[in-house]
Amino acid sequence: MKVSVVRNVLEANERLAQELKEVFAQRGILALNLMSSPGAGKTSLLERTLADLRDEFKMAVIEGDLQTDNDARRVAATGAQAVQINTEGGCHLNASMILEALKQIDMEGLDILFIENVGNLVCPAEFDVGEDYKVTLLSVTEGDDKPEKYPLMFNLSTASVLNKTDLLPYVDFSMESAMKHMRALNKDIEIFPTSCRTREGLDAWYDWLRSKRAGKKK
Amino acid sequence: MHEMSIAQSILDIVTQEMEKNGLKRLIRVKVKHGALTNTVPEALETCFMALTAKTPMEDAIFEIEAIPAKYKCFSCGTEFTTEERGRLLIPCPSCGEDFGHTVLAGKELYIESIEAE
Ligand SMILES: [Zn+2]
Repeated sequence: MKVSVVRNVLEANERLAQELKEVFAQRGILALNLMSSPGAGKTSLLERTLADLRDEFKMAVIEGDLQTDNDARRVAATGAQAVQINTEGGCHLNASMILEALKQIDMEGLDILFIENVGNLVCPAEFDVGEDYKVTLLSVTEGDDKPEKYPLMFNLSTASVLNKTDLLPYVDFSMESAMKHMRALNKDIEIFPTSCRTREGLDAWYDWLRSKRAGKKK
Repeated sequence: MHEMSIAQSILDIVTQEMEKNGLKRLIRVKVKHGALTNTVPEALETCFMALTAKTPMEDAIFEIEAIPAKYKCFSCGTEFTTEERGRLLIPCPSCGEDFGHTVLAGKELYIESIEAE
């Protein structure tokens, strides 16, 4: 017997992601899914953001990590709530992990939830975690051909942070080429060249967060 | 290697559909696979085989049908396709533009049908 099925393989994840979106919408929480390869500076960007905006917003972080809780400890040091998910080798976060982690977060009055995905430019792109926007980080030490090599992630991202710009004099990285390829993959992508060390470019990133947060208010 | 969790989702859906239809033995599962997903079809098949090994499903055929990527040119509006996997930056055959095309097809990943008894 042949049975016509026509069911999306990722439907279970998408259903849970939809539930998450409803929770975030009801409470007016801006949820961002931060993705990058390992070492691009997701945690450094979060440390800065959480410290600099702490009087303005109530923020929390869900940290995806293969093994350790190092990142969660760095984030918690800023005073923000941080919940660690150990994927034990899993290469991405999925919606059910986020639902589980949310139980440990006090969502009362929460303004922004950052979901720091596992360091990996491939797998996380396939799994919706209920976020409002995907944000991809790329550091200038990685090579300006990354958008070409990992197109789906940049295609799906609303914004991209081009981090570690203070190292530009020492590396062979063309900002122009990287930005051109990002825009070729996604013509509306917002690009923020930043350095978490010198704080260059952070204000533009904060303004973007403010405007997206304002758009989510109940 | 997220193919393992995707293969597990396929197995879950197949199991549900078989139970719903009172079927006991899986013969074939047919998956439609868009060229722009981040999954490797060969890896997906290997994972499915690994998950079903030494179960009543182990002889089932895992069939993948590729859905080519289809784009609409950002510059001239021409629609075109390619069999190449994973390409989002691609020159338009009509005007040469490789910038900002709209993706019309290729991001799909779904189970089309199963055969079972
Ligand atoms: Zn064209």
